[in-house]
Amino acid sequence: MTDIIIHCALTLLFPPLLLGIIGKTKAAFAGRVGAPFLQPYYDLIKLVRKGSVFSETTTWVFRAGPVVTLSATLVAALLIPLGRHAAPVSFNGDLILFAYLFGLARFFTTIAALDTGSSFEGMGAAREVTFSCLAEPTLFIALITLARTSGSLSLSTILTHTTPAGWLATGASMLLLIGALFIILLAENCRIPFDDPTTHLELTMIHEVMVLDHSGPAFGMILYGAALKLFVLGALFANVAIPLATGNALVDWVIFVVTMAALAVAIGVVESVMARLRLVRIPQLLVGSTILAAFSMLLVLR
Amino acid sequence: MSISLEPTAYLLVAAALLAVSGVPGLLLRRPALGQRCGAFIAVCASILGECAIAGLFTGSPAATWQIDWTLPFGPALLGADHLSALFLIPLFLVTGCASVYALAYWPAGRQRGAGQLSFFLGLFTSSMVMVVLARNGVLFLMSWEVMAITAYFLLTVEREGAEVQRVGIVYLFATHVGTMALFALFALLCGDTGSFVFPAPHSLPSTVPYAAIMIAAALFGFGGKAGIMPLHFWLPGAHANAPSHVSAIMSGIMLKMGVYGILRTLSFFVAVPAWVGWLVLALGASSALGGIAQASGQRDLKRLLACSSIENIGIVFIGIGLALVGMQIRSPFLTVCGLAGAFIHILNHGLFKSLLFMGSGAIIHGTGSREIDRMGGLARRMPATALLFFTGSIAICGLPPLNGFVGELFLYVGAFRDGITDPLPLPALIVPVLALVGGMAVITFVKLYGIVFLGSPRSDGAAAAHEAGRPMTGAMALLTIGCLTGGMAPPLLLGLVAPAIEQYGAVPAGLVAGIGSQVPLLPLAAVNVTLVSTALAVAWWYRVRLQRSPRAVGATWGCGYLAPTTRMQYTGSSFSELAVNQLGAIVAPLRRRPSIGGSTFPRDARFTYGVTETILDRVLTPAFHGAGQAFSYVRRLQHGHLHIYVLYIVATLFVLMLWVH
Repeated sequence: MTDIIIHCALTLLFPPLLLGIIGKTKAAFAGRVGAPFLQPYYDLIKLVRKGSVFSETTTWVFRAGPVVTLSATLVAALLIPLGRHAAPVSFNGDLILFAYLFGLARFFTTIAALDTGSSFEGMGAAREVTFSCLAEPTLFIALITLARTSGSLSLSTILTHTTPAGWLATGASMLLLIGALFIILLAENCRIPFDDPTTHLELTMIHEVMVLDHSGPAFGMILYGAALKLFVLGALFANVAIPLATGNALVDWVIFVVTMAALAVAIGVVESVMARLRLVRIPQLLVGSTILAAFSMLLVLR
Repeated sequence: MSISLEPTAYLLVAAALLAVSGVPGLLLRRPALGQRCGAFIAVCASILGECAIAGLFTGSPAATWQIDWTLPFGPALLGADHLSALFLIPLFLVTGCASVYALAYWPAGRQRGAGQLSFFLGLFTSSMVMVVLARNGVLFLMSWEVMAITAYFLLTVEREGAEVQRVGIVYLFATHVGTMALFALFALLCGDTGSFVFPAPHSLPSTVPYAAIMIAAALFGFGGKAGIMPLHFWLPGAHANAPSHVSAIMSGIMLKMGVYGILRTLSFFVAVPAWVGWLVLALGASSALGGIAQASGQRDLKRLLACSSIENIGIVFIGIGLALVGMQIRSPFLTVCGLAGAFIHILNHGLFKSLLFMGSGAIIHGTGSREIDRMGGLARRMPATALLFFTGSIAICGLPPLNGFVGELFLYVGAFRDGITDPLPLPALIVPVLALVGGMAVITFVKLYGIVFLGSPRSDGAAAAHEAGRPMTGAMALLTIGCLTGGMAPPLLLGLVAPAIEQYGAVPAGLVAGIGSQVPLLPLAAVNVTLVSTALAVAWWYRVRLQRSPRAVGATWGCGYLAPTTRMQYTGSSFSELAVNQLGAIVAPLRRRPSIGGSTFPRDARFTYGVTETILDRVLTPAFHGAGQAFSYVRRLQHGHLHIYVLYIVATLFVLMLWVH
């Protein structure tokens, strides 16, 4: 019961801090002080209180977009185990539902973007659906590999199954898998090298350009939903990559929080040392990640 | 009151009613009244048919009836079992909806050809009932042929158009090549069993002579009708040019008749050869990927939906392939999951594809165009259609919480479980294919819905669009309710297909009933309910926030550009270009770029962009032109001089005599 409460509290409260850590890391690399760690929270509170501007071309679809996207991500967050703790909701085959909930979220985000009739948002939506579509096989191959090593179809068992010993036994496969999953993590969350969340030119954006017309509480929901998605997929990645467990529930929670913070720092480092890829190169990197995942599956099958 | 109905008899009555449902439209002096009578008869027949199937489900034994004919093809048996019922459930539902829909879509008296349309529609649906009831090869082929021919008359109802004539011929050619293979199939079957009557299920050993040829003929003949990838070339054109409610039945039901034929043929054998499962799986994967790749690049509303049918049939084939492979590697679980996935997808596709085709009819009715890139902003002008079409779009992408996800879930779980237990998990490789297909489906339907219904109108037709009539929205609403029910109550879908799986799959008793512990149907229902209630809660919070804060209405942010026009919006072609470029090999996008230069002043320039029907445009049409050229030399022999013709006869006779001696 305590674990479920901690799970829900962490899921609801922690995600914006990840953005704060990433921002701070990037600032440190650039030699700036940077915004405070809690800046994303201030932004969210400010947005929720703000008024809204709606384009005259939009319909109910535009308003439903952020609502359904956030809801689907929230439900997906119920299915993901955090650290060594099983998820509040877990059943046989929940990993498929998990992946498809993000599909639903993507459907609503992109369709809301098209509702504005802006060609910039159309561009962003087209990029989003295409790149996510290319990322999909990687995620599923990775899930097969993990399912096979753990013998289960439930995310909670799969992701809490990896132990340091098991990790070392299947090291090569796990390394490849982690590489593939990290690429997917960056691509799905529109981070550098796929998309630059701080870019200022609409033509080159993916995620940010889709939400240009959202304002006020809706934009708050989108920012929060994006942070939540980073948190959920980051937890998936962290569970595979760093399978540390002490057996003490509370210590494991602390380890999980530290792991997630470290992941945010890692993303910040990647964003500081890399440039954004040209759009034509992105599919190549995504297909590359699929091949990495396929290699890791072959090694597990052997 | 105890219901003592004998399902087969009632189904036959329903078929007879459907067959005559178009007659009032032809005979009555007032065409509108005739059409209404016809629709009434068709709806009654549909209700009767669904009741008969309900009787079959509640355990009324289905008798086998025999037509007393004098033809030398053995007894003409007709019977109903759960496999037939699986295909009849969507058939009657969609037929009823389509005949009501037609009242507003193609009103008699105001639009030409309504009498012809409802007459052939009645015969068409009735012949499909006969196809699934027939238990005799020749009777089956007769019904099959009536189905094929009436479909031709239905799709060429607007026969003045050159495009319609062309696709009509292509359809007629494709269907008859397929039927030719079916003649071979039933002739060989008769050779093995000594009768045209269908053999009992699982009675033919796969060692009978020509078993492989029979199965190959079935895959070719029935696969062509189902629209499986290399044989799909007739499908996009035919479905795009038929009246929309006819497209709905053709796509939602007629394609499934091919699937039925394959399932029925395979059920004769004790065990099918090992290669069949893998071949079906490969055909399914290629159709699913190829179909959705074609669909994503289409600019024609109905062509897009038609190509997406190829994809969905591919998913059904993937399910059947997994089931056959499961039988071969002795994994009953994979068999059950494959069959459940395929069967549930058959039901679901019947619902949402018919819904989307009827929606496309409403769009065409409202705007007078089929071109996606000339629409926009219809959600404001056609709110009811927009909402119904939206539901259908989510369902067809296979996203929770709607019904499309349920069938795919079975396929995923079956393949994933195989990936865990199988020493060499080849069937599990279908998982990334399904994932890719799902992603492409999202591209396709976000594009379709976003460009057609959202944004601002791109043409005058779209700006002047009007909402569809009550009968049209009513019919679509019924199908939408079906999609929602299936999605929120997945065990219901399993319940509909479970008897068919048990009958067909020859799997251990109790496995189908106990599948719930492996495939998360109840958890899925719970998550769907959670999802919907979370969304409602968030929506309520958002509403409260909106009411408490200032609101303004302005123009869409144009990045500082002050004079945007609606033509500047992103079009469907631009939306899918990124994806289509990745799939150049399948879709072969056709680009004609403008050439600028030469003299000082630029010349007139045109830019065209579109996707090609790779098989039809690049393989078949050139091949037939080549054959035509080759035979043009032979045509010199045919010049109309009678005396020379007599000379040919004499010469032929002479040569034959020489040969005999």
